[in-house]
Amino acid sequence: MTEALLQTRAICKSFGALEASKDVTLDLRPGEIHALIGPNGAGKSTLIAQISGALRPDSGRVIFDGQDVTALTTTQRARAGLGRTFQISALPMEFTVLQNAVLGALGQRGRAFRFFGNVMRDKALLARAEEALDQVGLAEFRNFVTAELSHGQRRQLEVAVALTLQPKAFLMDEPMAGLGAEGSHRLTGFLDELRHRAPILLVEHDMDAVFALADRISVLVYGQVIATGTADEIKADPRVREAYLGEEDAA
Amino acid sequence: MRRETILNLAIPGILLATALIAYAMEEPYIITLATKAAILALAGVGLNIALGLGGLVSLGHAAFFGVGGYAMGILAFHAQNYMPIWGVLEGTKSMPIIWLVALIASALAALVIGALSLRTSGVYFIMITLAFGQMLFYFAISWPTYGGEDGMSIYLRNDFPGVNTLVPLNFFLICFAVLTVVLVLADRLGKSAFGLALQATRQNVARVEAVGLAPYRLRLVAFTISGAVTGLAGALFADLNRFVSPSMLSWHMSGEIMILIILGGIARLSGPVAGAMLFIALEYVLEDLSHYWHVYLGAILLGVVLFARGGVVGLILGREVAHD
Repeated sequence: MTEALLQTRAICKSFGALEASKDVTLDLRPGEIHALIGPNGAGKSTLIAQISGALRPDSGRVIFDGQDVTALTTTQRARAGLGRTFQISALPMEFTVLQNAVLGALGQRGRAFRFFGNVMRDKALLARAEEALDQVGLAEFRNFVTAELSHGQRRQLEVAVALTLQPKAFLMDEPMAGLGAEGSHRLTGFLDELRHRAPILLVEHDMDAVFALADRISVLVYGQVIATGTADEIKADPRVREAYLGEEDAA
Repeated sequence: MRRETILNLAIPGILLATALIAYAMEEPYIITLATKAAILALAGVGLNIALGLGGLVSLGHAAFFGVGGYAMGILAFHAQNYMPIWGVLEGTKSMPIIWLVALIASALAALVIGALSLRTSGVYFIMITLAFGQMLFYFAISWPTYGGEDGMSIYLRNDFPGVNTLVPLNFFLICFAVLTVVLVLADRLGKSAFGLALQATRQNVARVEAVGLAPYRLRLVAFTISGAVTGLAGALFADLNRFVSPSMLSWHMSGEIMILIILGGIARLSGPVAGAMLFIALEYVLEDLSHYWHVYLGAILLGVVLFARGGVVGLILGREVAHD
């Protein structure tokens, strides 16, 4: 078995009496898409926050690229090579699409304390930013102000900014949300290729996408991972059917 | 040329023209007013780095303005009394040295105040910067060596190599040159890698962290630069009046600097310049009308906030994207 790039080891997190994460142990291996699914309120967002660094677990550890990152900030984890996208687009809205991508490229390069040269004329940063926009199909919108983009285009820009970071692993929080059938289909194709550059921990509600893409799926219910396995194993798992997929059948 | 570029040249141009015309018409008081506008504009350019680019609403920038003013006052005071500071350091009447000291002193003050204040945000940040400003204000009041509440007078304007600074136009030109240099640097700062990252922290902190940049450090550096520029303006302001007093440190001063940015246009390069000119012009015109001219100023400010969010510059240019 290949060494896991990203691991959570027995993560626990409580908010008062609510146990949002109970002994969550997950791993993400090179080259794979590992999907994290679960009904609303299962603790997916809390788990993502602990992996990205926004929340500190009460106990347990987060290991990334052989390093214990549990005590590191979001910024430090990003610098270590964790590239994330947000469930609700978190983009500077007054910036143009290109500026947003250049910001990502700048973050990847570091050295933000440059006070003189025009950053929008920096060839290396522009090249990386434009390449990323091109890959997600936003190249022609480069001069649009981000606030003018449609919801779906903002989701694409989220992914583009993550690409400029050239991360070792992606952490994607519902990248398909609100994309529509066509956009969702296109992004599915794109992520399918992307996994070979860096593995993806994918939180997603779009079950078609999850079953089409994921090498492995973990199911989170009430803060606990109740099953991990391939798409077929998950579909066949009676506990999963009861806890999660069953709800959909009933609906 | 983009319209904003033209405006960035035109607005300081009007200030320069005003002073030159006043000189030709032998109106020294107008030159003094133009000088005051240039200096307040400089203070505003400083605050605009924190407020406009970084979104840091500091109500304590009078602290840096005052530190710059007192840096000038203390150095000149010791020079005119021939008493070394603490018996060791000579005072000085040389502007370039005074400016350097004012820059360093106010940068240090901003670094310390910023390091503590930037741990908070929103209303708490406003209140804590205000509190630090008031601390320095009361400290100056209770420090008798340098005049306490009464402040202290400097008998002669300080020296600049090769220039007779007692001629009002000459002193205006010095202040205007400083303003121009700082405007050019501020323009480059806004378009630099640092400027991009700083503006991103204003709009979305989570994004800045997610791309691996540290918002606290970006803000602290911005706050320090901002304070230093405002401090430099303070040194010039004290030189203009040949007088330093705790009023430079009071929160009214912070408010005044902020008001002129809002009048001119937040985050616009020439916003503080337009705002300072308008502010001084209003003061000049309205003071004749009524002793309580601040009432009219308040009404105008209300109008700007309600109907012309972008201030004078925004009114002329509209909400244009600052990016080519």
